[in-house]
Amino acid sequence: MGIKVLKAGLLTTIQDAGRYGYRKDGIIVAGAMDAHALKLGNMLVGNTDGEAGIECTLMGPLLLFEEDQLMAITGADLSAEVDGIPVPMWRPIYVHKGAVLSFGQARSGCRTYLTVHGGFDLPQVLGSYSTYLRAGFGGWEGRALKTGDLILFKSAAPMLPLGFNWSLSPKMYQRSQDEVIRVVKGPEFDDFHEKSIAVILTEKFKISKEADRMGYRLEGEPLKLHKKKELLSSAVTFGTIQVTAEGNPIVLMADHQTTGGYPRILQVAGVDLGKLAQFQTGDLLSFELITLAQAQALLISAEQEVRQLKQTLTFKYPVNG
Amino acid sequence: MTQKTNSFKCYPLGDAAVVIQLGDQISPAINARVRAICAYLDEYSFEGFIEYVPAFTTVTLYYEPWVINYTKLLPLLQEMANEVLEEQEVPSGPILEIPVLYGGEWGPDLDFVASHNKISTAEVIALHTAPEYLVYMIGFAPGFPYLGGMNKLIAAPRKDTPRMKIAAGSVGIAGEQTGIYPIETPGGWQIIGRSPIDLFDLNREVPAFLKAGDKVRFVAISEKEFKKIRRVKDGD
Repeated sequence: MGIKVLKAGLLTTIQDAGRYGYRKDGIIVAGAMDAHALKLGNMLVGNTDGEAGIECTLMGPLLLFEEDQLMAITGADLSAEVDGIPVPMWRPIYVHKGAVLSFGQARSGCRTYLTVHGGFDLPQVLGSYSTYLRAGFGGWEGRALKTGDLILFKSAAPMLPLGFNWSLSPKMYQRSQDEVIRVVKGPEFDDFHEKSIAVILTEKFKISKEADRMGYRLEGEPLKLHKKKELLSSAVTFGTIQVTAEGNPIVLMADHQTTGGYPRILQVAGVDLGKLAQFQTGDLLSFELITLAQAQALLISAEQEVRQLKQTLTFKYPVNG
Repeated sequence: MTQKTNSFKCYPLGDAAVVIQLGDQISPAINARVRAICAYLDEYSFEGFIEYVPAFTTVTLYYEPWVINYTKLLPLLQEMANEVLEEQEVPSGPILEIPVLYGGEWGPDLDFVASHNKISTAEVIALHTAPEYLVYMIGFAPGFPYLGGMNKLIAAPRKDTPRMKIAAGSVGIAGEQTGIYPIETPGGWQIIGRSPIDLFDLNREVPAFLKAGDKVRFVAISEKEFKKIRRVKDGD
């Protein structure tokens, strides 16, 4: 037994930490847009990092629990309710058989993650549960969830001797509410005109209507190169900021193609990818340049915090620990 | 002839990837160096290494920055380069034959490519099947090869309006490039034929039929042969 989809929502997909090892074959990583939120969601219900969650986008789905289960809701605040009663986020929640999970207004952010104890019982494709929407494989039948889908649980709700009346410390998930995204220089940074560099590092950019899991096209003052340069296609990654021939920046997101041929002006610092994933069409953002050493130090301290939390949680979930 | 092929440059692609650049033009010699680096990484990687992606002149390495940082990575890469790029002997990839049924409903743009170049469709097929193409890289879609070596006499511009659906196996021409679509996608290439073989198949241990460094030759087949191969593939 599992979760039955009563209404699909805007874009509801199965995602895990990503599909690695196949980028050389043109197969994208995909995975959760806000990987940090999914990771915390898995930890809250006693899972390893490799389990899949359900990624909901802006307008969440309507889901029926066909069995008791322990769940957690992390990421964007989409006004989650169980049987019409608001439920807190960032903590384990015991849901009874027959309960209906609904989402309402997006109070903050764009993408919410639903995780359940033990994870969802789905086949892994090339080592991952993530949905590869364009190629039509992975996740649930290679597509976004639809009304009537039944996603099975791998295991029953756990017996918790210590109870589950606890939640995460906000410092684990609270991000600054500003529009600043930290970046490092991209490989072609120096090929851009000084004025364009100044523009992208000081002005605000708006996320256009063309914003999805593949990337966000930004609107702002067009950026110019010193001189036109023919670039050969090369690998790109999550957070690469490319500039098209018209001078518009595009930030590549989780479902980006493996290679690209546009000049790469900036690269979003790994530690801010999750924050960026919570932005949506119409939002303004600005970039703050940091050094590579700073970006890597930030990632290391974020990773240490997660490891400490994991250590603590092994006491909450002795069975799985 | 002392063509400068020994250039080696590293630069970061953000905080979790590094690019090794081995030249700045599309050439079989540079591709051989790209392949040498990849072959080395298949044998010996380093702690924190995730995966690599070869391209025309680069190999991009993805790594876990909490295991190894960029500063510590650089000397490792230099050491690797010294070891790998010294010996110029790189085993060349296999030559793979790709059967193609040219023209008709399978290749609706064959006539256009012929008339655009003021040659016959038979000449287009002859010119397209003649060369040994080199797979420089895979990108754009699962298993999609960027092939080098097409004869410019059959070059043709992309379609003004891309097709919403191009069938898997379609062989196309865009500018001076030729390629083959492993999965059904939208696309703007001039489609001259279709191959009955699966270029991308999740049921295979290695789903992508082609990889960077392989050599490819197209072989013209009849509709009867096309259907025979498909029947074997579909297992009835």
